[in-house]
Amino acid sequence: MNSAELTLDEHEFPAAEHDAPAPRAARKGTLSISVLTLAAVLFIWWAVTTSGLIAPLFLPPPQAVLAKLWLTSTKGYMDATLWQHLGASALRIVLALAAAVLFAVPVGIAIGLSRRARGVLDPLIEFYRPIPPLAYLPLIVIWFGIGELSKVLLIYLAIFAPIAIATATGVRGVDNARVRAALSLGASRWQLIRHVILPSALPDILTGVRIGLGTGWSTLVAAELIAAQRGLGFMVQSAAQFLVTDIVVLGIIVIAVIAFALELGLRTLQRKLVPWQGHTH
Amino acid sequence: MSQPGSRLIVDHVSVQYAGSSATALHDVSLAIAPESLVVALGPSGCGKTTLLNLVAGFITPTSGQITLDGKPVTGPGAERGVVFQDDALLPWLNVIDNVAFGLQLQGVGKREREARARQVLQQVDLHGYEQQKVWELSGGMRQRVGLARALAADPQVLLMDEPFGALDAFIREQMQELLLRIWRQSGKRVFLITHDIEEAVFLATDLVLMSPRPGRIVERLSLDFGRRHAAGEPARSVKSDPEFIAMREHVLAKVFAHRNATIAGAA
Ligand SMILES: Nc1ncnc2c1ncn2[C@@H]1O[C@H](COP(=O)(O)OP(=O)(O)O)[C@@H](O)[C@H]1O
Ligand SMILES: [Mg+2]
Repeated sequence: MNSAELTLDEHEFPAAEHDAPAPRAARKGTLSISVLTLAAVLFIWWAVTTSGLIAPLFLPPPQAVLAKLWLTSTKGYMDATLWQHLGASALRIVLALAAAVLFAVPVGIAIGLSRRARGVLDPLIEFYRPIPPLAYLPLIVIWFGIGELSKVLLIYLAIFAPIAIATATGVRGVDNARVRAALSLGASRWQLIRHVILPSALPDILTGVRIGLGTGWSTLVAAELIAAQRGLGFMVQSAAQFLVTDIVVLGIIVIAVIAFALELGLRTLQRKLVPWQGHTH
Repeated sequence: MSQPGSRLIVDHVSVQYAGSSATALHDVSLAIAPESLVVALGPSGCGKTTLLNLVAGFITPTSGQITLDGKPVTGPGAERGVVFQDDALLPWLNVIDNVAFGLQLQGVGKREREARARQVLQQVDLHGYEQQKVWELSGGMRQRVGLARALAADPQVLLMDEPFGALDAFIREQMQELLLRIWRQSGKRVFLITHDIEEAVFLATDLVLMSPRPGRIVERLSLDFGRRHAAGEPARSVKSDPEFIAMREHVLAKVFAHRNATIAGAA
């Protein structure tokens, strides 16, 4: 994804919604269609597995997966309950995200503000960004071993680029009149960054976090391939090795639900933190 | 605080934008004396914004200089407050925090700056709107918040670039009257830009007429209609005074004469 896509993703949709808000009834209609689709998929899944059309080894029936949800939640799988696996994964992504925000936002601001910083940092980010994390995973293992550091680092790298690029886009898009207003009120360079540029770029930064978290969450499974003892990716991977298909399916569903919840949570956060978006002229 | 006798002087200033062949401003000189309300009037592209940006310190002249109290202007500063055409407020701050923003930058404590902001909001008739979100206000109200923000920092001069240009006629007249009231109460000098002839004649103590290609001052007039309104005469009575109408027509004729001359010169 490049910066143009980042802006497209965020700015044009709410604006379009704002110009022509979909009637409530129409939106409700879409929702009920989506719910129906999900129900239909679930039903087909149940039908083909329960009728014996597909062997449980390839696709276990939904009720078996549900039973495994109970079993893994209470007894656990591979020495840890589902929630402990989930907790291990969550801790890794939270650490990686915190580190990424801490470093990528200042880097993005530097790229957005200074031509020199842009000249130095832009090619570096653009060079590593398109590489699939799995491709440089072996190198990270050689450099940093197979400990927790390597896992967090891999996710960190996946999150870093989208946040840095989105921040730079946001900084470059800051309304010049706002900057001038602050300068004519006596703002110093730091005050300008702190009070005008950072808040102005916040919507873009949040978009970067959203995209970064999506990438980071998909990188998680890759990271947990490295000699992990816990984690959702590890759970799915080891279950697959023993052909415990219902745990594989369960793991995939949990991973999907978390990803969906993250996306929704961040959209809500964005609306909460940036309520003026779509209102400014 | 503006000391008596302190002057803001634009001295033989020219501006040539990089990459542009035309001269945006050619040899412009102007003095903005204390208590004056200087209005620059001219068609679009005659360099009005360029002139204001020079005084604000947003751009530097190609030649000539600008001084305030004898000190050269080298960049933006809190002693020159700016009111922008599209308010340029900070949407993440509410009304009172926007107004107090300049004081916050100066390190004034919360209690003190809010007291000051409240006072200024009262001046611009926005008492009771302190906690409102700025993006929920109408255009006229946002413009008043912008004016209050500039006033709260207590500048020596107020610079306004077509501040009422985006407002509808009724609100615009209200804002003109508000500006004159504040100008008289605060004693601040004002440099205002407009392309609205009636607005210019109504507000100005000193009216400079500008013309494009190259941007320059072609006429200077001393007027007193704004002073009359500030002294208590109703706006309607001022604007329907034959003297006002005659002056408005005079300025209109000048604008057209210069425009035709420019067109003829270009042809
Ligand atoms: N940043 C700029 N770069 C190049 N040319 C500019 C720039 N800003 C203004 N100009 C040109 O300078 C002239 C004066 O512009 P401006 O000061 O904005 O006039 P006004 O405010 O009276 O409409 C115009 O011809 C405009 O095209
Ligand atoms: Mg202009």
